[in-house]
Amino acid sequence: MQGLDFSVVPPYADILWMGVWWTVVLTISAAAISFVFGIVFALVVLYAPKSVALPVRGFMWLFMGTPLLLQLFLIYYGLGQLGLKIPALIAGIIGLGLHFAVYNADILRAGIVAVDPGQTEGARSLGFGRMQTLRYFIVPQAIRNTIPAMGNNLIVLLKESSLVSIIGIAELVHAAQLAISETFRPFEFYITVAALYYILNLVLEAGLRQVEKNVEVSR
Amino acid sequence: MDVSLVQRVFPFFVEAAWITIEISVLALALGLVVAFLISAAKMSRSFLLRAFGTAYVSLFRGTPCLIQLFVLYFGGPQIGINLEPFAAGVIGLGLNIGAYMAESIRGAILSVDRGQTEAARSIGFSRFQTMRKVVLPQAARLMIRPLGVNAVALVKGSALVSTISVVELTYTAQRYIGSTYKPFEIFGVAAVLYMLIVYVVARIVDLLDRRYAIA
Repeated sequence: MQGLDFSVVPPYADILWMGVWWTVVLTISAAAISFVFGIVFALVVLYAPKSVALPVRGFMWLFMGTPLLLQLFLIYYGLGQLGLKIPALIAGIIGLGLHFAVYNADILRAGIVAVDPGQTEGARSLGFGRMQTLRYFIVPQAIRNTIPAMGNNLIVLLKESSLVSIIGIAELVHAAQLAISETFRPFEFYITVAALYYILNLVLEAGLRQVEKNVEVSR
Repeated sequence: MDVSLVQRVFPFFVEAAWITIEISVLALALGLVVAFLISAAKMSRSFLLRAFGTAYVSLFRGTPCLIQLFVLYFGGPQIGINLEPFAAGVIGLGLNIGAYMAESIRGAILSVDRGQTEAARSIGFSRFQTMRKVVLPQAARLMIRPLGVNAVALVKGSALVSTISVVELTYTAQRYIGSTYKPFEIFGVAAVLYMLIVYVVARIVDLLDRRYAIA
């Protein structure tokens, strides 16, 4: 048993900051994918013909019932097997993005169904087409109503982005592992990383609260 | 689709699935104990206990479970905690899910009508008696669903212990993907077993929910 000595951490500040930076980049990119595909999946499940909706539903069911880590392995190695040699970073972003897209789609689907049918009737009677009604009336309202729930997913996404270190993406956890391999001080570095995630989490939560407040005001 | 590969590896995956089940069940038991203690602390009259409960939930929910496992397993020896991977996995997952379950329990207790507490107190029940005989029996049914959601998340989250070399489903899958280069088949096998476990958990939750539903 050796004493704890956090003075080993500061010399690695640069590496850790790069890690924080990449964790933020990863989270934002994956969040964008999860949002866009969340909308697409929700619309497909609700409105597409069965031949398209069923496979998407099966995919959602599969991704909700299995661990993210397993899905990351599938995407990282699976795309490789299909002949798509993509960098680990892209595989990580796609994996995280699709995983959370499924959860967002589930929320959005409920949000779309919950929009007052009068909105559709009103828009249709004004002469808007079915697509236009969805695009300008239904989906925007559904998104606004589901912001708190999707915000929660985003908070989970930030933490789960730590998993992509396993497929070798140089984010925060990976940065810590690099430092540990030189210093043999796992406790100090992992505690530091935990603190950094905690701070990122606080910032994100504060940001989401602000967004929710703005949405509330604009009603 | 390589059927013979699937047939060949399947027995190993079934064995690994049992490890996933063992870890999940043990972590669930630990998590429930932690959750009851922490939710009691958060609702206690003592400021110190309340602060401890709040800090626990905030820290364990505010940082990645993966990092918590790493601190325990890789960092533990530095502070005199030497754990086997399996034990570290159970303790790490249990402490983590305990924070989430504490909130499920607290939510259920808080949603029992205040009038129940007031009435019990006014006919002379002590705070403890009120909780034990009046509030908890009613809250118990309300917490079945949210705790079930936590349990399903725990089964899927147990994949993380593969990173501290516990040979469970995801570890086994990763090893076979590496050695066979058949990611889709291997994923399929592991996915079937995970979904089977999740399905069983969901069924148990359904049964409990119906059994204790308010008639």
